[in-house]
Amino acid sequence: MPDAPLLAAQDLRLDVNVLDYVILALYFLVVLGIGFAAKRAVRTSLDFFLSGRALPAWITGLAFMSANLGATEVLGMAANGAQYGAMTLHYYWIGAVPAMVFLGVVMMPFYYRSKVHSVPEFMRRRFNGATQLLNAGTFAVAQILIAGINLYALALIMDAMLGWPLWLSIIVSAAIVLAYITLGGLSSAIYNEVMQFFVIVAGLVPVVIIGLTRVGGFSGLGEKVKQSVLGKGGLHTWAHTAGTDNPLNANWIGLVFGLGFVLSFGYWTTNFAEVQRALSARNTNAARLTPIVAAYPKLVIPIVTVIPGLIAVVLFGDLGKDGGPTYNEAIPLLMNEFLPNGVLGVAVTGLLASFMAGMAANISGFNTVFTQDIWKAHVNGDHPDEWYVRLGRIATVVGVLAGIGTAFIAAGFGNIMNYLQSLFSFFNAPLFATFIIGLFWRRMTAWAGFWGLLSGTVCAFASYILYKAGVFDFGTELNASFWGAGIAFVVDAVVSVVVTLATTPKPESELRGLVYGLSDASVSDDALAGDAAWYRSPVILGAGVVVLAAAFYLPFL
Amino acid sequence: MAAPQRLFDIRRVIGGLFVVYGLILAVTGLLDSAQEIQKAEGIRINLWTGIAMLVVGGAFLLWERLRPSDGPTSSNASASSGEKE
Repeated sequence: MPDAPLLAAQDLRLDVNVLDYVILALYFLVVLGIGFAAKRAVRTSLDFFLSGRALPAWITGLAFMSANLGATEVLGMAANGAQYGAMTLHYYWIGAVPAMVFLGVVMMPFYYRSKVHSVPEFMRRRFNGATQLLNAGTFAVAQILIAGINLYALALIMDAMLGWPLWLSIIVSAAIVLAYITLGGLSSAIYNEVMQFFVIVAGLVPVVIIGLTRVGGFSGLGEKVKQSVLGKGGLHTWAHTAGTDNPLNANWIGLVFGLGFVLSFGYWTTNFAEVQRALSARNTNAARLTPIVAAYPKLVIPIVTVIPGLIAVVLFGDLGKDGGPTYNEAIPLLMNEFLPNGVLGVAVTGLLASFMAGMAANISGFNTVFTQDIWKAHVNGDHPDEWYVRLGRIATVVGVLAGIGTAFIAAGFGNIMNYLQSLFSFFNAPLFATFIIGLFWRRMTAWAGFWGLLSGTVCAFASYILYKAGVFDFGTELNASFWGAGIAFVVDAVVSVVVTLATTPKPESELRGLVYGLSDASVSDDALAGDAAWYRSPVILGAGVVVLAAAFYLPFL
Repeated sequence: MAAPQRLFDIRRVIGGLFVVYGLILAVTGLLDSAQEIQKAEGIRINLWTGIAMLVVGGAFLLWERLRPSDGPTSSNASASSGEKE
């Protein structure tokens, strides 16, 4: 094969054989086997939704990490690596680590100890039913849209393996995911999530090793990136961020405030698909450690995402250009180029499992919120427990069907990460503003929660529409999402303050355990023997990972 | 609930899967033709990945053997299926 194969999008074909299919089949036999076994042990709806609050921090931490390593990470961050170069690292370091530590150290006790099953339920207790409904509604929509992204990515790989048309791949993928979720529930979803994390790493590390060998190691890669379309800017993260003369067209204010603060804190601290993993932990300390344990592997994930993106942009000259493959295809192209049958099977298994885990997480998030926060809280709450478990199963089917629709929306974006970040700016950024103000300002009133959240969401959406219409000039789609998030945050905060001053606050007795400085004395200390050790201290481990993240930037300033 | 928890300890599952994958890849790697090795830039990638997966899988199995899920987990697990304390 020549150095820069000119593959059109439709022509990407992974050369899988029987050996690869055996590896793939083995994986799904194991996952479904666990699903069956777990199902026998699941009795109540709490078990079904939260896996029974019994897991140690290292499992929930890996599950937390893995819930994040779906299509977004593997295809999306490689796409970003190819399109924007080393600046993509911001998503791993400033854009993830501080927020993950904050979630563990500051916010997790409120989530875990208030015994809520979801973020919208927390909103109801802190604010009111209307805020819960609004949050549950936007969350449900967001999960379906993101499920569509995962489904599209899954179909993209199936398409590359079997050569089926995209629509058929999407429908078959949806059927497989549906079967898998209904057979197993969350318990097997957690197993699959953790397993896919290891399998995908096992499949991607060989791609990186062979790729680096081809381009002449790290130094060769650096040289070639400088000569590529990315240029010298492709190797730096903070250089030229005083202005916007960098691959991302973003300045440091957008990076620090938009990405590092609003988008990242919004995503990591309120994204229920991930927070739910920590709620399955066995006690408060394990719940607090969950995101912090996950932050350590997060630091080094770019080795298997951003680096392959850079290798792809160096090797495939037509990547992302008109008529060439899309940025989304960076990883599959490299797999096709380098991996012999065998390892190829492992990599394909990892990708497929990862997208399924991602979609399963979206659907189970949707399922919980729809059943508990929309139906039980606002439509009819008088049924026996089993009735809601059954409703949850119906919600799963509806969610998967809706995901088929949104997969076609995702298919319209050449870089799915851009699309995803726009969604986060609509849904997560305002939620974070409402959440954080409500947590630290006990006077904030119930209706301030509702109106702040609504206005923030609407403004983020408006800012995106105006960017698309050419009224606002943000340079790149990603930079537009930074600013959309910033706008949402500020508008939400201002509206919250104004409405608070005009309405009466909730009495302190209703806020115990929900705001900072008002602890709930009725909740007993659930610490276990050994939790006092330094290696189980959220603060010490959290500080450690922040220092490491800062140090990781040094070679890429 | 404690029995399936032990049987399906995630470390056993990952360890088992990786050992099986590792064996498959290592054997494939030994039998790889020159063409496959050339595709991977002259690296016997199946063999090396197989060996690495065997090591990782073995480590998981060993971890599970040496520290079978620690006490508090299993006691909490049985509590959660009934009334929570």
